[in-house]
Formats: sequence, structure tokens, C-alpha cells
Amino acid sequence: MTDFIALLKPTFGDILKREVFRDNVRLIVPADAVKPVLKSLKEQHGFDMLVDIAGIDYLEYPGATDRYGVVYAILNIKTGERLFVKTHVNDPEPALKSVVDLWTGADWLEREVYDMYGVVFEGHPDLRRILMPEGCESFPLRKDYPLRGYGERHNFPLLTRAEG
Amino acid sequence: MALKLDDNVFVTKLDALASWVRKHSLWPMPFATACCGIELMATASARYDIARFGSEAMRFSPRQCDVMIVAGRVVMKMVPVMQRIWLQMPEPKWCISMGACASSGGVFDTYAVVQGIDRFIPVDVYVPGCPPRPEQLIRAVLDLQEKIQSTGTIDGREFAKRTQYEGPGALVNDLPRESVVVAPGDFKSGGRVRTLA
Repeated sequence: MTDFIALLKPTFGDILKREVFRDNVRLIVPADAVKPVLKSLKEQHGFDMLVDIAGIDYLEYPGATDRYGVVYAILNIKTGERLFVKTHVNDPEPALKSVVDLWTGADWLEREVYDMYGVVFEGHPDLRRILMPEGCESFPLRKDYPLRGYGERHNFPLLTRAEG
Repeated sequence: MALKLDDNVFVTKLDALASWVRKHSLWPMPFATACCGIELMATASARYDIARFGSEAMRFSPRQCDVMIVAGRVVMKMVPVMQRIWLQMPEPKWCISMGACASSGGVFDTYAVVQGIDRFIPVDVYVPGCPPRPEQLIRAVLDLQEKIQSTGTIDGREFAKRTQYEGPGALVNDLPRESVVVAPGDFKSGGRVRTLA
């Protein structure tokens, strides 16, 4: 596996950190640098495929210092190398730059992270909810959201037999 | 001139005649959202053969149906769809809530899953089971036939009386906060019995 810290160091300096678990290589990047890093990885280092974007809520997670994590899984199709670029954002307004202009496939992935965690992707062309109904105001995968919700599931009109 | 009619004529009420005709030709609308839908298909197949009870004509257009079989869990986003399909069905119409999820939410006591469709549309017959066996669904069809025969009227007068909510009582969220409920485990304590805080 290429040492991406060494490759990216001339451009980004010492802001990147690296974690390895078995063959799973992670690059930990500050939130404001994540887009330039992804752009550089795509354009200079051949990571041409965005596999997934995932959100994590670290509320009450032992040892965590930031509230949300966002993980970009990218793949170099030529060499088969995989890399996980991880970044952290915080309340009250968790926000990241959208990468839809790098990978069009990021569109729905970013919408899903927004829908479930409320992380806003600035510059996204159409940042609407994707799974929850429109008009829903909560972010259900946040750890402080109750399992049964706030009663949204029962907030519908009732049809009686007479009006049916 | 006296005609000899004897066994060729019998007298009945028009309501009973209409109900007798209707109950033997129920056209189900399969509103199948989960595994109960598979059992519903099995019920329609040759082995269990719901055609024996006159309700084999499943139509995927609500405008051609008169009994909606809700088979499976219904999520928040599906409720407006379900209500709209129900309203599109012509009168007289009935509803079978098939399986634990449609009837009560089943094991899916989460923010997105409706805890019983009877909170939003009227239900005539409930089928327990997870999923119910095809025989249970056939039993429900027979029960519905009996209900139609005993309460049905030719112009649907019995429906006009049903103006009240027919679903369950207090929602869990409406219970007093000190009530103890059994809930799916939460990630903090891992316990299942807890208070509504």
C-alpha cells in the first residue's frame, strides 16, 4: 500500500493522520481540508471511484472528542487500492463541502448522510431528504434521537369507515 | 289462476341476498409490503387455493377491488399511500390486517414504523401470526364472509354508523411518563424494562 501521508505531505503539510487496521487504511483529515484531499487523491493518485459515504455519531462514544464522523470510501480501480478518508464535524451546524462535482455518485450518498445525521453538504445540487418523508424535522440516526421518535410515526389523519 | 310454485320460490331480505352475493366474490387488493405478502401469494396458489372461497381475483388496481389485505409492516412514508389506495377502492369495501406488523407494528417498535394500521384506516378482520399461515388467512376470509353476511346491507348503511375511531387505546407516547414499559433494548443500559423518560 502506498504511503499516502508522504504523497500528500508536500501539499497539505502535517494535518493528515493515518490509521491502519489489518488491510484497512484510514486517512484522518480535518473537515476544511477533506475536499482538497479527496480532489488530490482523485486527480493525482488515481482514486477514481467513490464507493460510499458513511456518517457516524460519536455521542457518548468512549474517548471521542468530536460529535460526528463522515467517512469516504474510495477505490483506485487500476491498482485495486482502497482508502478510507475520515473527517469529523461538530454541532451546532455540522457542515462539509460537497464532493458531487468530483464524483456525481456522491449525490444520493450525501443526501443519505444529511437525512440521517443532519450533516449539511455545502454546494450539493439538491440536498433534500432521501429516506425520511419530506417535512420530517429530525435526524433519526443521531444517538440522542429516541428509538420511538417524537411521535412522527403517528402524525397522520385518521380515516373512519363512514368517510371511506 | 293459482300457479304452483312450491320449492321454486323462497322469500328473503334484499340485504341478505346482496350480502350473500358479495361475500362469495371478494376481490382482494394485495397491499403486500413484507414477508406476509409471500404468504398471501401462497394462499392464492394451487396448494391453499383461496379460489375455493371466491376471493382469488387479486387485482393490483384498487378501483377493481373490494377487500384490502394489508400484509406487512407499514412505515411512515407508506401511510399516505395506503390511505389513498383505501380511498380509491369503491364501496362496499373491507380491510384485512394480515400479520403482527400490520396489526400492531410487531417487533418493529421504531420511529418509522406505524404501530398498527388501524390507527389510520378502519380494519374489519385481524390475522395474528408472524407471518400467518395461509390457513389463517383463509380463516380470516371466512370470518369476513360471516361478518358481511351478518351485518351487510345492500346500500352499505352499516358503514355510515362507523364514524368513530376503531383502533387501539392510548399510544405508548401518550401514557403517563411514570409508566414502565417493555421496550427494545437501548444502547445505554441494555435493559428492556424502563420508564418513559
